Amino acid sequence: MKKSGRTRAETIAAEWGLRLAGVVAALILSALVLLVLGVSPFRVAWIILSAAFGSPSGISGVLSLWMPLLLCAAGLLFTFSAGMWNIGIEGQIAIGAVVATGTILLLRDVLPPAAVLPLAALGGMLGGALWALLVGLLRLYGNVNEIFGGLGLNFLADGLILYLVKGPWGQPGRSATSGMEPFPPALWLPALPSWSIGPWQVPALNVSPIELLLGLMAIVAVALALRGTHFGLRLKAIGKNLRSAFLLGVSTTRHLLVSFALCGALAGLAGWMLVVGPNTRHQLLPQISSGIGFLAILVVLLVSLNAWWALPVTFFFAAIAKGSSLRPTMELGLDSAVGGVIQGLLVLFILLAQGLQNRFLQREGG
Amino acid sequence: MKVELLDIHKHFGPVRANDGISLCVEPGTIHALLGENGAGKSTLMKVLSGFFSADRGTILLDGRPVSMDSPSQAIACGVGMLHQDPLDFPALSVLDNYLLGSPGRFFPDRGRGRRALLSLAAQFDFHLHPEARVAALSIGERQQLEILRLLWLGVQVLILDEPTTAISAQQKEKLFAALRQLAAQGRTVIFVSHKLAEVEELCQRVTVLSHGRVAGEAAIPCATEHLVRMMFGQEIAQSKRPPTPLGEVVLELDRLTVSDWRLEVKDLSLQVRAGEVIGLAGLEGSGQRLVLQACAGLRRPQAGRISLGGRDFTGRPYSRFLDAGVAYMPAGRLEEGLIPGMTLTEHVALASRSRAFLVDWKAAGQTTAERIRQYNIVGTPASPVESLSGGNQQRTLLGLLPPYLQVLLMEHPTRGLDIESTEYIWQQLQQRTQQGTAILFASADLDELLDRSDRLLVFFAGRVKELDARTTSVQQLGEWIGGKGFDG
Repeated sequence: MKKSGRTRAETIAAEWGLRLAGVVAALILSALVLLVLGVSPFRVAWIILSAAFGSPSGISGVLSLWMPLLLCAAGLLFTFSAGMWNIGIEGQIAIGAVVATGTILLLRDVLPPAAVLPLAALGGMLGGALWALLVGLLRLYGNVNEIFGGLGLNFLADGLILYLVKGPWGQPGRSATSGMEPFPPALWLPALPSWSIGPWQVPALNVSPIELLLGLMAIVAVALALRGTHFGLRLKAIGKNLRSAFLLGVSTTRHLLVSFALCGALAGLAGWMLVVGPNTRHQLLPQISSGIGFLAILVVLLVSLNAWWALPVTFFFAAIAKGSSLRPTMELGLDSAVGGVIQGLLVLFILLAQGLQNRFLQREGG
Repeated sequence: MKVELLDIHKHFGPVRANDGISLCVEPGTIHALLGENGAGKSTLMKVLSGFFSADRGTILLDGRPVSMDSPSQAIACGVGMLHQDPLDFPALSVLDNYLLGSPGRFFPDRGRGRRALLSLAAQFDFHLHPEARVAALSIGERQQLEILRLLWLGVQVLILDEPTTAISAQQKEKLFAALRQLAAQGRTVIFVSHKLAEVEELCQRVTVLSHGRVAGEAAIPCATEHLVRMMFGQEIAQSKRPPTPLGEVVLELDRLTVSDWRLEVKDLSLQVRAGEVIGLAGLEGSGQRLVLQACAGLRRPQAGRISLGGRDFTGRPYSRFLDAGVAYMPAGRLEEGLIPGMTLTEHVALASRSRAFLVDWKAAGQTTAERIRQYNIVGTPASPVESLSGGNQQRTLLGLLPPYLQVLLMEHPTRGLDIESTEYIWQQLQQRTQQGTAILFASADLDELLDRSDRLLVFFAGRVKELDARTTSVQQLGEWIGGKGFDG
């Protein structure tokens, strides 16, 4: 085998150079799109940033989008490591929200909120895990590709929510889109109160410390599991070469199912957050995930399985999504889809950079 | 159409698949291309049919140089190839497959295609229903369809790559009749095979390839020994391995039947004793892999029993076989054995099958360093396996095996390795047999088979014949592998 002429450091530099070029190209193209629309890109950038970070409510919005996104990205790191495309994550979020809501409806009159909310979280995780397991079982025993199985189950989950909020859990005489009757504040996660560090007064934020804790813990746990445990090592082996991993004695079936279940559990937890978080509509509603799962898939694609990078990237994505959906952006005559355009271009260009890298940098070794 | 190949070179990385091959095939003849696996036959034919482009060399058709960069160009020049595994579309109908690749308008003329198909089929006494789904056809019928399709496209030179591997005796007769008919019509037929008997039965001339070069040419009939000598090289002295004391029976096959979609090994009974080495001879795809995989617990037998150390293991999962001290080393090192993208240390940690939760990276790194020393691997614990040379990958696979094994099953343990690596690997393996490990290995290297084995199993199209390695000559083994002596 011919040795590559580059040293490792040079290869890494070339990789990051290409990635950076991808980001720059995406930003330039985004700017061009905005110029065509007749607005100044700098102005839009400033508005998005100030909408996202200029006020406590903006920051609250970003943070309460960031956490479920982070949970989903953490879960997807498991399935992606194992080489599985868990497109079904949207449905797993939805079912998590459904089971969490059901648990609350069932127990709210029996148990105090401090017991109902954690039980609802467990219920949501269980629901998401089972829904994801279904994808895994279909894949392993039914020979249904996980992409199609997941997509199908996404539609099913959507349908189930629609049925529930229109039917058994709905408010008579109201349209489905308004959902069920919102839960009272007692059944919301507590928000961060105002506090001070020395001379600085940190304003109250409409996001719960429990959300922040769960999201950050999840990503740390996943990063450590992938790096330091036999389970993580085996998942990566399966993802890189299933046949070899099997021959080396890895129980591939069990590991694949567990990776699906773990991803589903974290997605289910995100679904629970979307129902009980302080900054939500406090109810089950159709399209409750609003694409968070898909966004998380893009994130995991971008960070190419490096768990730590998921942290800043999800934050950045949450900021763009939130910043572009708030009022000032609308006032410019732009739609909130601008955020989606920027995100999409970023992902495309960074993936393009990775594709080029595979094509030109690694080929030489062969 | 006269086919001339002049000084064809085709390299895949360091592998010289075709190393200056020249070949001339007269029109109206059936010309055999004979050689071991890996001799370069398929590569040469893929060059001729536009599947690969040669690194160097010239192709002349009727004396005119042509350049063919794709199969469709080759077909336009009149050269068509029937591949070893059918390259058709099982989900489509016979007629759809037939029409595929036909030049013409946007909407295929199905009526005309159907009439052409039926009349061509009748000419060769093939029975193909135009509306049948190809998935429901036998391999032989799929071949017939492909031949008809190529003929309809106007092919003058028909290449067949190992066409008889997976078809019945009757279908073979029909195929041979059709090929003779085509040659009589003035078409050129190139018949790629490793089966001596078929070559002698069907062809007028034969070119033997060996290690990417032409080893010789002959008109048929000619002496079988002559062909065997060209195929496998000069005869070498008999084996001189000292007898190893054998222990208890560790592996027993009792009337075992295993099969895949193209091949069946039936009623194989075998007792393997501790320390014994059994070589599985035969051309690739004759059933060796089926038997090895059944012994490893990777393939469920259709009938019969597999026992390890006197305990019945039939139908148990692969992991139980691993626990019982069985290991399987497949042929494709990077496809099914190692994991590209992972380092040596990661492989060691993975292969340890540890029950711990956390990986002890320090211990794994130390073990890896030890194995690197012990097995003479050129690499570091942090080297990704794909950066290692083939020989070092093979040593790595050996290094990943548990220290003590009951049964070691291997495919081509030294394929592509230089003499030094080969010798080293066999030293390691012989140490294991001294500890009582029984070894079953498949190989295409006759000398290796004769020198290293106690007993030989020769596979030919799923049938198995047992030979004593000590009393068999290269010549005899070569003839067995070519199917001489297997009746029918």
